[in-house]
Amino acid sequence: MPNPEKKEKKFEPKIVAFFCNWCTYTAADLAGVSRLKYAPNVRVIRIMCSGRVDPQFILQAFASGADGVLIGGCHPGDCHYSEGNYKMLRRFRLLQRVLKVLGIAEERCRLEWISASEGDKVKTVINDMVEKVRNLGPLSIPAKMSDIDEEIKELEKEINREEVPQHA
Amino acid sequence: MPDKPKIGFYWCASCGGCEESVVDLAEDIVMVADAVDIVFWPVAMDFKKADVEAMEDGSILATMINGAIRTSEQEEMARLIRRKSKIVIAYGSCAHMGGIPSLANEFTREQILEYMYQEAPSVVNPEKTRPMLEFKHNSQTVTLPEIRNLVRTLDQVIDVDYYLPGCPPTPKLLKAAVLTLLSGEYPPKGTVLSPDEALCEECPRKESKPTDLAFKHFYRPHQILFDNKKCLLAQGVVCMGPATRAGCEALCINGNMPCSGCFGPTSRVRDQGAKILSSICSNIDPKEEIAIDAVLDDIPDPIGTFYRYGLASSLLRKKVMED
Repeated sequence: MPNPEKKEKKFEPKIVAFFCNWCTYTAADLAGVSRLKYAPNVRVIRIMCSGRVDPQFILQAFASGADGVLIGGCHPGDCHYSEGNYKMLRRFRLLQRVLKVLGIAEERCRLEWISASEGDKVKTVINDMVEKVRNLGPLSIPAKMSDIDEEIKELEKEINREEVPQHA
Repeated sequence: MPDKPKIGFYWCASCGGCEESVVDLAEDIVMVADAVDIVFWPVAMDFKKADVEAMEDGSILATMINGAIRTSEQEEMARLIRRKSKIVIAYGSCAHMGGIPSLANEFTREQILEYMYQEAPSVVNPEKTRPMLEFKHNSQTVTLPEIRNLVRTLDQVIDVDYYLPGCPPTPKLLKAAVLTLLSGEYPPKGTVLSPDEALCEECPRKESKPTDLAFKHFYRPHQILFDNKKCLLAQGVVCMGPATRAGCEALCINGNMPCSGCFGPTSRVRDQGAKILSSICSNIDPKEEIAIDAVLDDIPDPIGTFYRYGLASSLLRKKVMED
């Protein structure tokens, strides 16, 4: 049961970000050296291309407790590997439909094109996403799953209790 | 007689197809029946729960459990069998990955019960009667098992040693598994008893699979006539082959139907649905959002298509309920 006192505490979303090495990651670096301030809720994972983002990574992030997932890639036509960002875009379009059916709001998963020079866009996108996810509230899949799995633990305990006299 | 290894079969939330696949051993079933003692098989033989309870713990060499775990009764039986068996094999897609019953995880238990007992077109139930877990009559109490909030794979409830994949597993794989058990040379725990490569590797149409695919449309089986020689993906059909484990010898493809993924993923893939989604979508032809979406509209039920046999074992396991 959630502690009522704990609920008073402001919810800080956890956002996992996959940033392409050639553009968005460099842009995030630029935002840093330009001393732009943005919300500290994002955990950035550097990848070589947004096309490397396997939908499994996104689902794994949610299943491990992320409240949101942000993917940053090169603008269409600018991919270092020529087509990787298009592959990500197509997967993203269908993944959004899958997530919708599975009850995960659209705003929790976001794909943005941010070039290496757009440090300010990193800042606005992250701040905007953190605000939107904050309004949605926690997703907390691990807690929800462990709550629901309590129902099978009860019977296990019950069966073990029944057996105790037999073994004694 | 007492020296023969003991084998059991049990079913949980399943359709009975897995049981049929045991009978599909045909003449080989005589070989199996000669080599082992079948000590528990509710579908075919008259054994009761009490008979299993009376057995010594660990006295059954192996029990093959098919079906997903959906009720408290199935949980209880699975735990009992686990205690009595040295080896437990999850038999078939439902025990392995949740199977088709686990598509119920798209809904809550309340939604399902409400539909089944009140809203379904064939139901007349003005009093909104629902089955009760307990009912007292003439000082006697009768009980029913509880439907759980989630459909689970067998290994989400008990420890599982091996998996025999398929909807249902083929007699050839079952025979190989029984021979492995009898040989005493066991594979590492957790092994899926089927080749660890994609179905495309054993597909008779492998040669016609193009290096580059570019989907402009997707077709469902009723929409076009399939060429019976050419790779189905090349014909714009969603075939789960690239993300599905081999071992069935391309049964559906040989029947000119696409693979629907019942053997589950290979050991390198965690979430079969996400993997085939990744593969299929990467190869969509258009680059603009609107045009991409139009192609995706040809897949009206992505969950039922990509997670047909494995929603319970997928990364998310069920629909997430936002607070």
